[in-house]
Amino acid sequence: MLTNHKYIAFETIVIKEVRRFARIWVQTLVPPAITIGLYFVIFGNLVGRRIGEMGGFQYMEFIVPGLIMMSVIQNSYSNVVSSFFSHKFQRSVEELLVSPVPNYIILSGFIAGGMARGLAVGTIVTLMSLFFADLEIQNLFITVSVVLLTSIVFALAGFINALFANSFDDISIIPTFVLTPLIYLGGVFYSVELLPPFWKLVSALNPIFYMVNTFRYGILGSSDVDIVWAFFILIVFIVVLFSSCIMLLRKGTGLRS
Amino acid sequence: MTIAISIQNLVKTYANGFEALKGISLEVEQGDFFALLGPNGAGKSTTIGVISTLVNKTSGSVEVFGKNVDTHSYETKLDFGVVPQEVNFSQFEKVRDIVMTQAGYYGLPRKLAAERCEKYLRKLGLWDKRDERSRSLSGGMKRRLMIARALVHEPRLLILDEPTAGVDIELRRSMWEFLTEINDNGTTIILTTHYLEEAEQLCRNIAIIDEGKIVENTSMRKLLKELDSQVYILETNSQVPAGFSLKQDNMVLNIVDENIIEVTVSGGQSVNSVFTEFSEADIKIDSMRNKTNRLEQLFMSKLEGNG
Repeated sequence: MLTNHKYIAFETIVIKEVRRFARIWVQTLVPPAITIGLYFVIFGNLVGRRIGEMGGFQYMEFIVPGLIMMSVIQNSYSNVVSSFFSHKFQRSVEELLVSPVPNYIILSGFIAGGMARGLAVGTIVTLMSLFFADLEIQNLFITVSVVLLTSIVFALAGFINALFANSFDDISIIPTFVLTPLIYLGGVFYSVELLPPFWKLVSALNPIFYMVNTFRYGILGSSDVDIVWAFFILIVFIVVLFSSCIMLLRKGTGLRS
Repeated sequence: MTIAISIQNLVKTYANGFEALKGISLEVEQGDFFALLGPNGAGKSTTIGVISTLVNKTSGSVEVFGKNVDTHSYETKLDFGVVPQEVNFSQFEKVRDIVMTQAGYYGLPRKLAAERCEKYLRKLGLWDKRDERSRSLSGGMKRRLMIARALVHEPRLLILDEPTAGVDIELRRSMWEFLTEINDNGTTIILTTHYLEEAEQLCRNIAIIDEGKIVENTSMRKLLKELDSQVYILETNSQVPAGFSLKQDNMVLNIVDENIIEVTVSGGQSVNSVFTEFSEADIKIDSMRNKTNRLEQLFMSKLEGNG
């Protein structure tokens, strides 16, 4: 496929994806904003005042980066898993499969769609957080790059979930039983320094812990993890997940009989 | 003559062990209007699935305009468009967006895509519905939308899997006209259908598939010549006299009622003599039709032969 044809195909998928979540903004953009807003009010403001400091910062300041990251992770994932599974369910994915679009363009298009929603919700949450805390970004490059890489990781994970899913139950199992616990145990609400040594070690096995803390480093300038190590983990995840997606697409897993 | 599609020893065995295709071979020439007929579960849709890469074949090869679909995926996919049996577009999108999106998948620049979109939506009578969500369309409109979508990149080969199933007669005939027009303009068409009248009316060549095997592959004309006999129903404008019979030995006459007669004519026998004999008896024939669809008779005999 010619390069400009590939670009048109990529652009078509991205526009279709953005148009989809924008069309149903009441389901895709508003609920996460409300949920995170409640976190700010209840945990950050009401409970946070009694907690005092966490990791050397006011509790509200401490949780803001984690909550922004949480919204990016959840929405990047859920956009791809729900959209691609809907394509499978309605069989409109066949439009793509019979066309000459290469697998990596299909995958990149859906990743970009997932990133667009993750970043849109992340931006809304960031703007909301300004009502509760003064944010001064300490390292813009790290802040932006970690949020982009994280959204790629979870868009890819959502894609794999959608490929294997056979029912709508299958696309809610992973977010409910895997993603949410990993996010909550990933240092969004507390510093890992509070944990006993065993649970510190367990936290070190949670990739979200590195993403949240690196993002927190970008905004607050303080982190529980080694930033270089965190970026290395992110890149390894992207390479492994992207390769897996391409392999699954080539085999036609969940798509071709 | 260029071969539009060549299928060689195609085998498909599903994961549950079901052998949908048992080594079929088939060739369709460029410009042909080709019918692929067979009962439910015969392997028609699996064959189309393998050609369009939606079904992974077990073995065998498929070439589109001389290029293998596995090794020249991009070129072959540009050359064909597929209209599936089941609706397979998003029910929440607008009609125009569905066609434009498909054009985008084929790398068509936006301006050209918009022109093609308008051209085919107009031809298929959907232009007035362009801003409506696809779920609001009737069944017939949805099928026409899938045809417009399959044509937006102007493929040389169009594959239609039962395009007129569940479509009313008026719409079916307008679709026949449209398909004939694009075939006349050079597009090769492969059609699967349950309406044997449709295949007889439209197609020049035919293959009958049953239980994953090709049981017949010939021209429509040759196939129809195989008929041993045909039964015609004649309506007369006057009462047929009692005891009236035909002089020809190989024709059987059956008077159904005073104005309706069945005449069985052996293969190769001209029906002209029927008219002559009625004319000599001063009986005017108002209308004449086949008692059953001719192809239907043959189709059933081929399937029985295979069983």
